[in-house]
Amino acid sequence: MHGSKISIWFFIGVLLTAYGVLIAGNGVIDLVMGKLAPVQLAELHAPVWWGGTLLALGLFYLIKFRPGKA
Amino acid sequence: MLGLVPSALAAGHLPALLALSAEPLAHLKTLDIAVIVIYFAMVIWIGFYLKGQSNTSEEFFMAGREMTAWIAGLSFVSANLGSLELMGWAGSAYQYGILATHWYWIGAIPAMVFLGLVMMPFYYVSKTHSVPGYLDLRYGRAASSVAAISFATEMILMSGVNMFAMAVVMKVVLGWDISFSIIVSSVAVALYVGLGGLRSAIFNEVLQFVLIWGGALLVPILGLIQAGGVDGLKRQIMHNMQTMTGGVAGDSYFHLWRDLGSFSANPMGVHWSGIVLGLGFVISFGYWTTDFLVVQRVLAAHNLRAARMAPIIASFFKMATPFIVILPGLLGLVLLQNGDGSRRQLVGEDVVTACAMNNAGQVANVSVCQAAMAKSSLTPDAQQKVLAGGPDAELHSYNQALPLMMVRYLGPGLLGLGITALIAGFMSGMAGNVSAFSTVWTYDIYKALINKRGSDSHYVLVGRLSILVGVAVSIGAAYLVMHAHGIMDYVQALFSIFIAPLLAAILFGMFWKRATKLAGFIGLLTGIVFSASLFMWVKVTPAALAVVALSPDAKPMAENVFRAWWAFCFAAIVIVVVSLLTKPRPVAELDGLVYGATKLPREEPVPWFKSEYTWAIIVVVLFAALNIIFW
Repeated sequence: MHGSKISIWFFIGVLLTAYGVLIAGNGVIDLVMGKLAPVQLAELHAPVWWGGTLLALGLFYLIKFRPGKA
Repeated sequence: MLGLVPSALAAGHLPALLALSAEPLAHLKTLDIAVIVIYFAMVIWIGFYLKGQSNTSEEFFMAGREMTAWIAGLSFVSANLGSLELMGWAGSAYQYGILATHWYWIGAIPAMVFLGLVMMPFYYVSKTHSVPGYLDLRYGRAASSVAAISFATEMILMSGVNMFAMAVVMKVVLGWDISFSIIVSSVAVALYVGLGGLRSAIFNEVLQFVLIWGGALLVPILGLIQAGGVDGLKRQIMHNMQTMTGGVAGDSYFHLWRDLGSFSANPMGVHWSGIVLGLGFVISFGYWTTDFLVVQRVLAAHNLRAARMAPIIASFFKMATPFIVILPGLLGLVLLQNGDGSRRQLVGEDVVTACAMNNAGQVANVSVCQAAMAKSSLTPDAQQKVLAGGPDAELHSYNQALPLMMVRYLGPGLLGLGITALIAGFMSGMAGNVSAFSTVWTYDIYKALINKRGSDSHYVLVGRLSILVGVAVSIGAAYLVMHAHGIMDYVQALFSIFIAPLLAAILFGMFWKRATKLAGFIGLLTGIVFSASLFMWVKVTPAALAVVALSPDAKPMAENVFRAWWAFCFAAIVIVVVSLLTKPRPVAELDGLVYGATKLPREEPVPWFKSEYTWAIIVVVLFAALNIIFW
């Protein structure tokens, strides 16, 4: 699934990157503004680190499996 | 795989749930909606992108047979990771503890390893395009047609039930309109499978696999932090069990095998013999090695080694799945709270139905509700609270354990991710059903029985059209179930009725040269009739359960596993007897089809760490260790 075709891992990279940006971005804004979501353990700021993990994984797949890479 | 969904969900309670839930469990924010919309955009993008790579029948129906072991493996395990399964087994874990894990470990791992190491070479070497296709080569057209027609019917009806179940869950969790959910999901599935064929279905299953783990893994992580780790969880479950009425002994929640010595010693009402023979052998091997929905994914692998490796890779992830399914159910038992901080106790769907609230927020029928609660494990305080009405009075079912845990921990964005994981699970299940239906319809029914001389492009067109027709029939089935709830039970039983005789036919066909064409056909047909008769007997006469499961203490969970075992035995006896009475095929005709008559191709040697045998040994050792640890 490599070569001239787009790999499934690239699609996964796109999706995780988009989700990571949205979720981590929103989490960072809430953290800076001192806002806590009305959920349990909100003080752990899960959107920041979980969204960050999604973003890191997404970028990894996006770069490693980008179209045209040999 | 609805056939393995817990009975609480499989018993047709979803419609009742739909009628009762006034207030949705969750309210999505703009960010959550954006997450869901991005998912839909992505799957449709994949469908359009792959359209150009699905022009020949080999590309459309078999994904060009060019999937790597990892992609085939993840797709293989993902086709089974539906949302009903996730929610149902999380609810079962809440109710029964880690006994529910049997459906993930002994109910899957041995069969996956067997498929990879032993059976895959025959499926792969025969170059069959489907499981009915293998039956055609081994037993002839009659047996193949029985399997193809029953499988195609099952797939399309299952797809409808799946679609309806998804719409109900979206209604209960989010308050979405039923028709909106059905139309949006079916249009998306028809688009991406119709355009990209099996390749598109596989790509989306891999995507769904990542989404499910990304969306669901956070719940047990946060839950364990709040519960004080595994020790804290155990301590609190033991404490809670002492305050509940009619519950099971607290430490039973943490044992897989210890209490399976008799039907009455465990809350599921099953016996170890049923778990080992019925679940571990017949149902598990039947599903994982002969159900074309999953086998099709592995047949798409690019070579024999990848095809053998795929189920073994999948088995590692299957073994880890209880972490995102069983653990949240157990955590829900100690962490779910009402608005006033008291512990929220979940109950069966029957109690939720009996204690339905009227518009004034009061129980509509007090005496019926009292009677139902008296049989439940609700504490007297909780029962009083329900009868008093007001905030926190509404009951929630075991099946809502997972969504309730998601709502508890997941804020904006993350909740959208969790909901997307559920939607993705439903959609990939539907896509699996229609892609398998399309292949079997086109190859094993249309090409075999109706038009044998079509061109390759003609069959691709038939495949694309059959996906559209399949989705349309599924929508019809979904609305039929909505208006005639009782049908759901019968549709969901189809899997368990067909799978045991099919397993007998395939195992004897693959491993016994003496098995004859007539024996395969008669064994399959009479096995299906026998299995359906057992199902109807228990349905009409519930007391028959004690006969089928060999114990008056047996509960419905035991019926499925013992019925499967007896149906397998019946079909096996018929196949052996008829084979011995009829003339066998010459051994030369069995090359590529039967063990002992087939020269398997030599595989290129690989380093030990890349060998499927090495990884199979690791899987088996891990599987044994987990069963001993949680004995």
